[in-house]
Amino acid sequence: MRSDRVALSLVAPALAVALALAVSTLVLIVSGNSPEEVFGLLGEQLTRVGELTKTVNRAGPYYISAVAVAVGFKMNLFNIGVEGQYRLAGVVAAGAGVALPLPGPLRLLGVIALAVGVGAGWAGIAGALRAYRGVSEVISTIMLNAIAFGLTPFLLTRYFQEEAASGTIDFATRTAALPGGGRLPSLDALVPGGLPSGVHLNAFVILAGLVGVGYWVLVWRSRFGFDLRASGANPHAARTSGVDAKRMTVFAMLISGGVAGLVGLSSIIGAAPYRYTDESFLAGLGFTGIAIALLGRNNPVGIAFGALLWAFMDIARTPMSRADLPREITTIMQGITVLSVVVAYQVVSRIARRRDAAAIARQVDDDPEGGTSEPSGGAARVGSPA
Amino acid sequence: MTLVDPGLTAAPIDARPVRRDPIARLSPTLRYGLYASVLVLILTTAEQLTDQTRLTSANTWSSALELTLPIALAGLGGLWAERAGIVNIGLEGMMVLGTWMGAWGCIEYGAWAGVVLGVVGGALGGLLHAIATVGFGVDHIISGVAVNILGGGVTQFANLELFDSTNQSPRIPENVGQVRVPGLNDVVGGLAGDLTDTSVLVWLAVSILGLIAVTWRFHPSRPFVRPAVITGLAAVAGLSLIELAPYLDGQQRFFVSEVGRIVSGLTDELSLVVVLGVLAFPISGLVLWRTKFGLRLRSVGEDPVAAESVGVNVYLMKVVAVVVSGAMAGLGGVSLVYLFAGQFRTGQTNGRGYIGLAAMIFGNWRPAGLALGAGLFGFTDALTLQSGQTTRALLVVVALGSVALVARALITGRWRSALIAVGAAVGAIVWFNLVDELPGEIVVFLPHLTTLLVLTFASQRLRPPAADGKPYRRGESG
Repeated sequence: MRSDRVALSLVAPALAVALALAVSTLVLIVSGNSPEEVFGLLGEQLTRVGELTKTVNRAGPYYISAVAVAVGFKMNLFNIGVEGQYRLAGVVAAGAGVALPLPGPLRLLGVIALAVGVGAGWAGIAGALRAYRGVSEVISTIMLNAIAFGLTPFLLTRYFQEEAASGTIDFATRTAALPGGGRLPSLDALVPGGLPSGVHLNAFVILAGLVGVGYWVLVWRSRFGFDLRASGANPHAARTSGVDAKRMTVFAMLISGGVAGLVGLSSIIGAAPYRYTDESFLAGLGFTGIAIALLGRNNPVGIAFGALLWAFMDIARTPMSRADLPREITTIMQGITVLSVVVAYQVVSRIARRRDAAAIARQVDDDPEGGTSEPSGGAARVGSPA
Repeated sequence: MTLVDPGLTAAPIDARPVRRDPIARLSPTLRYGLYASVLVLILTTAEQLTDQTRLTSANTWSSALELTLPIALAGLGGLWAERAGIVNIGLEGMMVLGTWMGAWGCIEYGAWAGVVLGVVGGALGGLLHAIATVGFGVDHIISGVAVNILGGGVTQFANLELFDSTNQSPRIPENVGQVRVPGLNDVVGGLAGDLTDTSVLVWLAVSILGLIAVTWRFHPSRPFVRPAVITGLAAVAGLSLIELAPYLDGQQRFFVSEVGRIVSGLTDELSLVVVLGVLAFPISGLVLWRTKFGLRLRSVGEDPVAAESVGVNVYLMKVVAVVVSGAMAGLGGVSLVYLFAGQFRTGQTNGRGYIGLAAMIFGNWRPAGLALGAGLFGFTDALTLQSGQTTRALLVVVALGSVALVARALITGRWRSALIAVGAAVGAIVWFNLVDELPGEIVVFLPHLTTLLVLTFASQRLRPPAADGKPYRRGESG
């Protein structure tokens, strides 16, 4: 039975990949594009160092955003507000980070602390409203997103804007650039064979890795994480065993928001222009993070694969349009992949449940006394998240 | 993943003790009329106090109506789905499908074909969501997110294939027509010749007095007569008011001319898309609450197992509800193309699907409430098109609103909300005296902030459908 279940857990991703490939191929054929050409192009991209480096750079913030969403998912909280949390955190960290009276690398820590603090605080509002006023976190975070989108330009133009050099009239809305101590180094030297000119490997991906390890330790290797997962899987049982559900809700949102705060730092401490500008600040990562968390099934390693795949498809847009292929096809393939993963896991878990039920029924039939068979609660176990 | 804590839904529906509340005894028509009058009174007073004219101008109100519509239709879509127990976070994607299909249909086949195709586009998005959630039992929020991603991707892709641009379509060559909502003369004028303004005034007065008399004298237990009479009188009052709007506007009197301006703003030169969208509300209300089909649909959202046990086809109800939900969102998308941009643009929906969902919760999963919530967003949107001075007057509106709530508390004994409002009013007055105008960045999110505050203080009184967001498999009653 054990090996059976391992086999089933491999079937789901295989089915998802097959489904995604089949539907994508179908869409390509129906829209009059050649699947060989598109997939060939994607395959070729796998061999290019420059494109792969860009993929890794881009995957970093995706990964962090998805982890932020996944922390919430683990407790059945849907943090749709990552978008607003990282934007507000980004502008405050960049703007106030410049003014921090800290020397060298301490400034880096200060900027990170600011980002985490602002993100956590903003998400904490939603957590508190959910815990103590019963307001759905879906709606409150959507509202908080809109408020953050208004507050960001307000704070930027009034408090954090770079002062124009004397004698010039400069209307660019941006913060001043962080001094060298507030920046992460580049990892170009680590790439064997060197990088094409203009491409850098940013150390931000290391921060993403640390977030991933932290997420794993916190959720799967700590008492808090156990309580968190228990509250998510069965709130009533968790409450009965003494877990304070309200406190857990607030903490889960604080952690989710704190992680979210880091997302926007990729272009502030991780890469040029090392400041907040409307153009360089990546938008929409909150929603991408939701999709990637779903792709990765909230698992730290799965999310890493999801983030890399997503980033890879994003990077493929440029070669695609260079080859006169519609680059929007990558967006559609991303959507198809998410749906395929979701449907595949749903179908497999239902099949597993049915087989378990059948197996139990068979055991009961074979052994009418019912005395010796193991108390198999398999049906409940398969459906539950890893 | 449920939207609301299960403990909350299990709470008794109405545990508050029954109070003597004369306002609650009024018929809905009269109650809404009263609320509307108080609102206009507040706006008029605020204008007088701040030397503004935009709060009640016909322009503001007609653009507020147009800006409200897409949000309200998205919310109505959410209502259909959630009443059948399916959370629809994919409204945004369905709206996007509506915008593109609407623009494409209009360019290819003409204005009305565009409307129909836009609605079909939204419905297709709804069908996808229905297949995933009802057919495969996928988590509703997950499926909705996927629909949003796909909606954006598919439309951009189709636009590139057909119109050779990633971010916009060509302008639509034609639009649907405009109408003026008929007044009393348009309805009865043919029989007896046109009525003079004075005689319409008499009709108005008589019908309003009649409404009050009927509400007070007829016992609510009389089943058919009372609603029939009230509907008839309300129709006469409404028609008279529409007929009189220009006349009232010309009176240059406090309150009277403002009523005239607002009514003409809301009834003159309406695009037929607006008419269609507004009509969707009473029709949805009637279908969902006054037909056998609607009862079955709502029963599926409250307790699918019980519905199944009495022979309701739960799957079918859910699928129909989600497809209609998508169709409503699609119409909302069409309205964005036909009323504002005149073309498909990426990012055109700008989160309105999500806001619609918030308006629906704000409105306690009811059509009238969600229209009010959406109106809050639409009205503020319309004002942000104006100067910061006008929006500063909104702070006075907040202060006067709390006065009205205190007055209501004196009558009904509902002091809780009144006291909270007084707190808000004090803040608003302080703020008003500190600034010359509200920064535009802040005005943009005032409705969102209001929604958040309202949910914070009123969420305990909201009641979502009991089985909202819960997966359901036939025969697995658990």
